[in-house]
Amino acid sequence: MRSKSSTIVMAVYILCLLIPIYWLINMSLKTNSEITSTFSLWPQTFTLQNYVTILTDPSWYMGYVNSLIYVTMNVVISLTVALPAAYAFSRYNFMGDKHLFFWLLTNRMAPPAVFALPFFQLYSSVGLFDTHIAIALAHCLFNVPLAVWILEGFMRGVPKEIDETAYIDGYSFPKFFVKIFMPLIASGIGVAAFFCFMFSWVELLLSRTLATVNAKSIAATMTRTVSASGMDWGVLAAAGVLTIVPGALVIYFVRNYIAKGFALGRV
Amino acid sequence: MDKTQNNKAWFLVLPVLLLVAFSAVLPLMTVVNYAFNDTFGQNEFFWEGLGWFEEMVTSDRLHDALGRQILFSGIILLIEVPLGIFIALNMPGKGFWGSFCLVLMALPLLIPFNVVGTIWQIFGRVDIGLLGHGLAALGIDYNYTNDPIDAWVTLIVMDVWHWTSLVALLAYAGLQSIPQAYYQAARIDQATRWSVFRYIELPKMKGVLLIAVLLRFMDSFMIYTEPFVLTGGGPGNSTTFLSIDLAKMATGQFDLGPAAAFSLMYFCVILLISWVFYTAMTNLDREENR
Repeated sequence: MRSKSSTIVMAVYILCLLIPIYWLINMSLKTNSEITSTFSLWPQTFTLQNYVTILTDPSWYMGYVNSLIYVTMNVVISLTVALPAAYAFSRYNFMGDKHLFFWLLTNRMAPPAVFALPFFQLYSSVGLFDTHIAIALAHCLFNVPLAVWILEGFMRGVPKEIDETAYIDGYSFPKFFVKIFMPLIASGIGVAAFFCFMFSWVELLLSRTLATVNAKSIAATMTRTVSASGMDWGVLAAAGVLTIVPGALVIYFVRNYIAKGFALGRV
Repeated sequence: MDKTQNNKAWFLVLPVLLLVAFSAVLPLMTVVNYAFNDTFGQNEFFWEGLGWFEEMVTSDRLHDALGRQILFSGIILLIEVPLGIFIALNMPGKGFWGSFCLVLMALPLLIPFNVVGTIWQIFGRVDIGLLGHGLAALGIDYNYTNDPIDAWVTLIVMDVWHWTSLVALLAYAGLQSIPQAYYQAARIDQATRWSVFRYIELPKMKGVLLIAVLLRFMDSFMIYTEPFVLTGGGPGNSTTFLSIDLAKMATGQFDLGPAAAFSLMYFCVILLISWVFYTAMTNLDREENR
């Protein structure tokens, strides 16, 4: 049924998407002298030295560790608070629910640049500056509303009769929620977790503002690669490739739900 | 779905409320504090009234940044939305190739923003980049670090590369929800390809497209990292968008008062536009449920 032209369009589009990524990988496998001296479509002197540099130098690999720590914390916090709230929004009318929902949306839309400085002062004054939990909490600003939205969309799809039947069968609310409801929306939870992971992973401004040494993220580390001998392009490219890996791995598991998640569960 | 009236549901929302209040309302109040006061450090504040606001409203710097921002958001929406729909119409259906395309298309969406900047920096530079080198070989004078037009083109191409897949994925999800019977009816009526698109596919995609436009508008309106890494706001001020200008003012020069007044106005603009989209969205939901 699909015509030949569709295949060509898709092939061209995907090729365009992949060429810049290929170029990054290409760069990461070259030595610095080769990058600046010769121009070639593939590495002439193949080297893994750039990756070795990253994986053996603590100032580099700790960036990944720090990022993973605060991203994980953020996902756990976001989901824990978002699950009951999403349930409330999907099942009940209550005073001010529409306004509250809109207020949550505005937080997703708030530019992080507006919040960078106040966050810095707030967390400094309570002694949380340069800790993982500070970044995790700051990222809740946009991840919690997002998680609530996605989960609410998925919960809508579960008929209310299931709740009522469970209550008649004598389940208490917490037991019903954990034993019956959460397995029903498992895919929704997975997608919400994935999106929280992703947006926390890709964010730079807040994580750069809120950490200097102990909790410095990989994104912040990457913005300071100018050494005495000029830009260290090879290492920079290798670091870039390594940041793509986690996303590329998890995307495979949620491939059928990506669109639904981006539509905030509303397709 | 009809919902039960129950004010006890507030207890379920309470954790979210507290958390978001801590990470949104408290900082916002600090901003408000700065916006109306002047400070010389040591937590001493002097009432400034609307002074900072007047200064920012009349400043050319803000007007220029806002103008550039609107132009940028407008251009990328005009390119990404039609292109995204076009790609979605050409995507293969379910099965191996469908999943294959989905995963590859979603790949740019998962790259950290600053790495997107880095990728295009490496890709676009004249000395080491494929794009820069290729254009130079074709005899086109291209250098995004010196020429404002080239910097703009690079930023727009980068954003299209980065985010068109989002629009395409959403439109694709909308298309998948159209029952085959609609197409069969159209075939019996001998509808042209255009009228199938205009009267069946487009109305069915309306909801997801609205979300796509909302997300793209908002995210492009607060774009920071990619231009920061790629051009640093330059050459000159030609790619200094609102967020970059704000971050420069607040964390670079520590002009807290003007920066805070700027933040509040920036936030109000976002709030207003979000509200318009949100109302449109809820109205659409209501229409569909009727």
